Amino acid sequence: MEKKVAIIGVGQSAFVRGYPGSIKELAFEAFRDALQDAGITVDEISASVVCSAPEYDKQRSPAGVLAEYLGLVPKPTFYLESLCSSSSMGLRIAYSLIESGLHDVVAVIGFQKMSEITSAESQERMGRGADIQWESPFGTMMPAYYAMYAQAYMEKYGLTLEDLALVRVKSSTYGQINEKAVYRKPVTLEMFSDPESPISSPVASPLRVGDCCANADGSSCVIVANKEKAKALCKKPVWILGLGAASESVNLSGRELFTGLSVAINAGEQAYKMAGITPKDIDVAEVHDCFTIAEVMAYENLGFCKPGEAKELIRSKETYKEGSIPVNVDGGLLSKGHPIGATGGSQIRTIVLQLRGEAGPMQVKDPEIGLVHNIGGVGLYGNVTILGRD
Amino acid sequence: MAKKEIDVRFKKFGVVSFTATTKVNDFIDYLEKGKVAGTVCKKCGKKFFPPRADCYKCLSSDMDWFVVDGTGSLMTYSTLKYAPVGFENELPYTIALVDFGEYKVFGRISKEIPEDEIKIGMQLKPQVVTLPNGQLLYEFIKA
Repeated sequence: MEKKVAIIGVGQSAFVRGYPGSIKELAFEAFRDALQDAGITVDEISASVVCSAPEYDKQRSPAGVLAEYLGLVPKPTFYLESLCSSSSMGLRIAYSLIESGLHDVVAVIGFQKMSEITSAESQERMGRGADIQWESPFGTMMPAYYAMYAQAYMEKYGLTLEDLALVRVKSSTYGQINEKAVYRKPVTLEMFSDPESPISSPVASPLRVGDCCANADGSSCVIVANKEKAKALCKKPVWILGLGAASESVNLSGRELFTGLSVAINAGEQAYKMAGITPKDIDVAEVHDCFTIAEVMAYENLGFCKPGEAKELIRSKETYKEGSIPVNVDGGLLSKGHPIGATGGSQIRTIVLQLRGEAGPMQVKDPEIGLVHNIGGVGLYGNVTILGRD
Repeated sequence: MAKKEIDVRFKKFGVVSFTATTKVNDFIDYLEKGKVAGTVCKKCGKKFFPPRADCYKCLSSDMDWFVVDGTGSLMTYSTLKYAPVGFENELPYTIALVDFGEYKVFGRISKEIPEDEIKIGMQLKPQVVTLPNGQLLYEFIKA
């Protein structure tokens, strides 16, 4: 794979509950972090893509408002939405803006301020990220949809509730050492069986509170450049080697697979093919663990193991930092929190830092190739991105 | 000039309805007759559930209705103990996907079936229910 488009800077705000500022101020935190990381000024950016999911805050058409605040006017900017995978889709669009020659340096800015509404209101909005005509009238919400996958998966492959809990225990191991994570407390297996612990509280069978990621406010920024700019501006460019994206029927009645996400399989195959590699070549991965079951399915959908074997990976700790395929060693969505539009950019940032050897206490030993798996809705949209170091 | 009347029958569907207008709102008339119905393309014969006004395969909008009958097999489900806004009074409730062979139907499992009796693979059939507020819904009951 020829190295043509690079990531030259990454930034992220802390993911928090109740961010005490506006969406502009929230986006500024990640944007400044990314510019400082890249060692460039705003003048180098020739276009921006602003990514979030609408209806969590009141601002309509946020791209213009953010561009003004970040000093990006009069350069082109636009809004892009694919639910929880918005900023990975933003990276895909930035790649094509650059590869087409239209722009040389593009900022992908993801943000979400979820705390202006209650958790139940948020579930209602997320539920409307599914089919509002035929499914939402039954009272659907994201945890319940993923719970349906968990139910089908556990029935077919013998995955246990304890296996699901092990995913959260791993996540909390790294959430505790990630200073940008919203949930930094330890989570133990015992908490899942302790009726007094909020972690064990049922949400949608078989998922419990501990199986679900938390809403958060946050922002992320990824600065993407063409080969010439990357070589001129950046000492440690990280190259985009592979991109995959797919969609699936919104209504579950149009789907065939309930023990995995077809979008992840399809997007993964595209990304591996474009990069000219196989799953065995991945040294470190970020997967979309909005729920514990989602991480389990991701192991299989990305080819880290065969269908039905994910439980062996988590039981044997192979996806821990020291294992054969480290996954979500920044705490993942489960511990970092999931500010929808910012999530993909945060995952990309983690892999960029890993490949540059700058991940601090979360650093995996000498990775060369990393992967980001970012899912929108209930497997409605899927993006897989493969990155490689210089 | 008289204002054109808009057909908003569909707002009767569900505990909470999110959309009132659709070209397939004869679906509501079937519910009122105690039937759950899908559409079938008159041109290519493809069956759709949920019903659609347009066939993406042959681009025809000439559709017939068919009634969901017989029994289906439970593919997967989840019982909610926490609900989105507007559904709090329904808790706990179980959403489900049932496979009827040619098509699948997403819906809710009747509370008449105890949670511990719900099993993937069990045979179910739909039943129309009228909620206390007059809204219409369908649920799955044991076949």
